[in-house]
Amino acid sequence: MGERSEIGDRYETLRRRIKEELENEQNGVPTIRITMSTCARAAGAEETRKAIEDAIAAFGLSAKIIPVGCLGHCYAEPLIILDYPTTGLPPICYHSVNAGKARLIIQSYLQESDPAFEYIMGAMEENDLIPPVTTFPRFGLEERIVMTHCGRINPWDIREYIANDGYSALAAALTDLPERIIDEVEKSGLRGRGGAGFPTGRKWRLGRAQESNRKVVICNADEGDPGAYMDRTIIESNPHQLLEGIAICAYAVGADTAIIYIRAEYPLAVKTIEQAIREAKAYGFLGERILGSDFSLDVKIFQGSGAFVCGEETALIQSIEGRRGMPQHRPPYPVERGLWGYPTIVNNVKTFSYVPSIINKGAEWFQSIGTERSPGTAIFSIVGNVKHPGLVEVAMGTTLRTLIFDICGGIANKKTFKAVQIGGPSGGCLSEVFLDTPIDFDSLTQVGAMMGSGGMVVMDEDSCMVDVARYFLDFTQKESCGKCTFCRIGTKHLLDILDRITRGKGQEEDLKILEDLSRDIKQGSLCGLGKTAPNPVITSIRYFFDEYVAHVRDKRCPALKCRSLIAYYIDLERCARGCEACVGSCPVEAIFTTKGRKKAIDQSLCVKCGECMVACPKEYDAVLRVSPPELAPIIERPPMR
Amino acid sequence: MEVSGQHIGHGIREEEEQAISEKLPEILGEFSRERSSLLPILQRIQEAFKFLSPGAIKAVAEYLGLSGSEVYGVATFYNQFRFHPPGRHEIKICMGTACHVKGGDVILENFERRLGIKEGETTPDREYSIERVACVGCCALAPVAVVDDKVIGYMQPSKVEGLFLQFEIQRKIREGQIKTEAS
Repeated sequence: MGERSEIGDRYETLRRRIKEELENEQNGVPTIRITMSTCARAAGAEETRKAIEDAIAAFGLSAKIIPVGCLGHCYAEPLIILDYPTTGLPPICYHSVNAGKARLIIQSYLQESDPAFEYIMGAMEENDLIPPVTTFPRFGLEERIVMTHCGRINPWDIREYIANDGYSALAAALTDLPERIIDEVEKSGLRGRGGAGFPTGRKWRLGRAQESNRKVVICNADEGDPGAYMDRTIIESNPHQLLEGIAICAYAVGADTAIIYIRAEYPLAVKTIEQAIREAKAYGFLGERILGSDFSLDVKIFQGSGAFVCGEETALIQSIEGRRGMPQHRPPYPVERGLWGYPTIVNNVKTFSYVPSIINKGAEWFQSIGTERSPGTAIFSIVGNVKHPGLVEVAMGTTLRTLIFDICGGIANKKTFKAVQIGGPSGGCLSEVFLDTPIDFDSLTQVGAMMGSGGMVVMDEDSCMVDVARYFLDFTQKESCGKCTFCRIGTKHLLDILDRITRGKGQEEDLKILEDLSRDIKQGSLCGLGKTAPNPVITSIRYFFDEYVAHVRDKRCPALKCRSLIAYYIDLERCARGCEACVGSCPVEAIFTTKGRKKAIDQSLCVKCGECMVACPKEYDAVLRVSPPELAPIIERPPMR
Repeated sequence: MEVSGQHIGHGIREEEEQAISEKLPEILGEFSRERSSLLPILQRIQEAFKFLSPGAIKAVAEYLGLSGSEVYGVATFYNQFRFHPPGRHEIKICMGTACHVKGGDVILENFERRLGIKEGETTPDREYSIERVACVGCCALAPVAVVDDKVIGYMQPSKVEGLFLQFEIQRKIREGQIKTEAS
């Protein structure tokens, strides 16, 4: 018992010391937290940070700038959270802060004590003066477990995580028996968040039961699913929560090595996790004899080289071993014989990130959230044609309608909802009919989609479902490793047929072939890639059959998307006399002047890029699309002078 | 052997291969001679020289006691590796789902048309190269392009012209055709 309470004491002392340290550093000085994740940087966070630094220097103020990860509100990036405690106001969140706005806010609030109400998104805490952000559905309807601290704490400073009770679950776990931790995780009902939804506790128990002098834990951060980026965000925003989860797992199953397999396409996430590992080692949460216990863990990083199939666990292991990432037959499962022949426990970033909360708050608490068979929350990246895209964490069982219309503000640009694609290349396209379906692992599988990694792309009336299916097949066909014939050749045929249909060369019997071939590929493939690759085709045929028929029978694209089946033309009634906006925008000089100084498009030159449509001033809106292309009015180009 | 349009080793000059082979032993020395080092070695070489030259592949194979074709086989399996030198300005166009829905293919075409090369290729003067990437994870800002490691959100065909204007000015400054205040 002596050693056990020592671990707890050691942690408590450290936490208290760090809290004091941070309070002393703050000491009434205003802090400016600025989101610095990859997407915030793309939206200009670096320029904003520079502007803030310059403004502080120019006004001779004292304030501390703290980089934070992502709040999940990608539509409002870059965000800043300004805490100026001596004013008596709560921390305030400002949205879409570009360099100019940043200067104004700093001057107004820090220099003149006026919090610049016109730029405020909301207060981060309940108060009487400023409406809190939780009054927005985008904040209020969310239920956060994994993302609680994302965008609020500095991912580059371990002390902020510890001050928020970080690593307390690890300290508690180390004073407990490994079996009891597995019991707790099993009781919580946590299911693997990589997509398949395998019970995590059961996997760990199998891992624990293996007799081996060495075991390995792998964190799968090979987020290859286009349209999903929650793993990147979690790593960039709260890497220590992930490391804590990995350490608890390693302790529970009896592993001494952990490998984080992360995409090389995520350079910032790689840097963030590298720094986090260094810090965690320095503070005694990783490395030799963690927190003075007998448990040691070596955590390494392996960078994935951009192969989608490596998200599959056996392929991922092959890749670490220096081979082509081709899936292997199971059994033996990696948990029996995995990396270098040792028992290997592979879990996703999100799965590990739930573990500290489950250990701290208990299995019953976790069970109380979400649905019976899928407890807890789900993290979705909702992108595409919605008003407020970004990351959303909600309880399992939330309906698509709540997610898309209440939380994400509905469809952008006054268009109407058409479909939502869930689960990336393995998932499916769901129509309006499914808006009230509560989402969890099982309900999605039932309707032909898949939770996958949680990527959700919302599409409006301008998206063509045949084109979307073609897009995904193009992706899976390129990413198929080539091991199974049905996957290698079958996806190629699916793609060719879809290609043909989108070019107006499809036949009616093609639809039957698509369905038959899809079924065969599902049956004839070894791994998840092949087994799910036809899902986008199957679901789009099932729920948007009319669109396929329009393509093959009428050679028409109802969404006016497939470029071979449409034409752009300029409505002479609407076109403004003498306006040249479209002429300059055309990359191929297909637009010419016709009668009355109005413009027309030379169909023989047009590449259908749609630039003129964007360039045409809103008040005229004279560029139109039509399908089939023969319907476009023909206007002769006057001979060149 | 062809990889994304241009031959392996396309456009590599002899003196380049020479320079690479001089620096290789030092890089290889950082890694242990085991199969698991293969991908990290290839990544490190690409980081240093921006691509994997035929000579480098051969050296890696010798270092690890593998055949050249084995190393080629592994390297070509992964999208990350490039087998001919990229341009001074690397242009990567995101082709993720959100970018596709928002017209990423139009952006790619604009770059291709503007430069007269296809994705996976480098302009003969080695100024520009175009690549398509699966997803850079900035889907909320779609369509996205990554130009010289800077992620550019809400990409538009009209932004393409602006970018090239910038690059041309930089080039002229570099070549001394335009005088800056500093010079």
